[in-house]
Amino acid sequence: MEIIFNFFEKNGLIVSFVTVGIISYLGFLISNHILRNKIPGAAVSILLGLIVAYFAGLQTGGSKGIADLSLFSGMSLLGGSMFRDFAIVSTAMGASFMLIRQTGIAGAISLVLGTAVSFMGGSVIAFLFGYHDAVSMATIGSGACTFIVGPVTGAALQASSEVIALSIATGVVKSILVTISTPLIAKYIGLNNAHAAMIYGGMMGTTSGVSAGLAATDTKLVPYGALTATFATGMGCLLCPSVFYLILEKIL
Amino acid sequence: MVIYGVSFLGACYILGQLLGEFLAKWIGVKANVGGVGFAMLFLILAHDYFNKRKLFSAEAEKGVLFWSQMYIPVIVAMSATQNVVVALDSGVLAILAGVIPVFMCFACIPFLVKLTKPTLPQ
Repeated sequence: MEIIFNFFEKNGLIVSFVTVGIISYLGFLISNHILRNKIPGAAVSILLGLIVAYFAGLQTGGSKGIADLSLFSGMSLLGGSMFRDFAIVSTAMGASFMLIRQTGIAGAISLVLGTAVSFMGGSVIAFLFGYHDAVSMATIGSGACTFIVGPVTGAALQASSEVIALSIATGVVKSILVTISTPLIAKYIGLNNAHAAMIYGGMMGTTSGVSAGLAATDTKLVPYGALTATFATGMGCLLCPSVFYLILEKIL
Repeated sequence: MVIYGVSFLGACYILGQLLGEFLAKWIGVKANVGGVGFAMLFLILAHDYFNKRKLFSAEAEKGVLFWSQMYIPVIVAMSATQNVVVALDSGVLAILAGVIPVFMCFACIPFLVKLTKPTLPQ
């Protein structure tokens, strides 16, 4: 038994190829036979991944889903930001520079608007739950942008660790929700072309949510959404602890 | 050779991410600003440049295409390593603050698309 455990740990990345292959196979099987292709196989696979992460998290009490089980520790490498970003960049190969240039301004507007709307929504909800100081409201509002903007803002404004933890949780909820809801909501918001995908990427912001959501909706749209989403965290880290926080403080 | 494509992709990735790091440092932000976006732009422009001069072989292209097809599996691995428990167990505030802004943003998208569409020649 020990030989097997050690072997799996030493060959983590290869084990993760096999694991993801099995999850995807199950995902596509469920999509084809049980859901009759109503929900794309990629979406079901991603959802299965989240379910696996949930049960693994319950089991281990850790924060890295299935990767906290030492047998599957390689999953954090394959699913980590290095491989994720590398794979996202590769999807740009078929993308059209013309389309990107034409949508450039719309993408920039959506970045600012998306950050503002998320910040506003998040901080108002924080207020309703009894956080009446600008620092806590701004930190939770930033968490509603992405789970990186939350702690960065919280650290800059010296928010309490409880509020920072809440802001991270808020960002994680958002990224999971965007992943799951994008394929379901895509047709209602006209998310079927590069132009809309770039605006969507800027509005939603969360790179992981956007890239997973678009992967489940239409892989052709991935490079366009990811392109703007990748600026969102930076935009949030720039605006939230400064301009938005000051505006919030003025209002209060 | 396939490795030329993978190497080309890696070079774009490194240049883009580095630019994102330096840009963040320059504007005083503690995160990478648009690294992936810059890398994608480099990839599109450089691929275009090499392709026009017939310097990008079909073999090399396979090295990039492989990774773009590995994209969904990577995302599946990413979702399997998320902290789903904390998201579901951290209480109503985190859930509402995560959910409501998302729907507010979804609602804005059609307007923004319509608002910016007329400038585009279809």
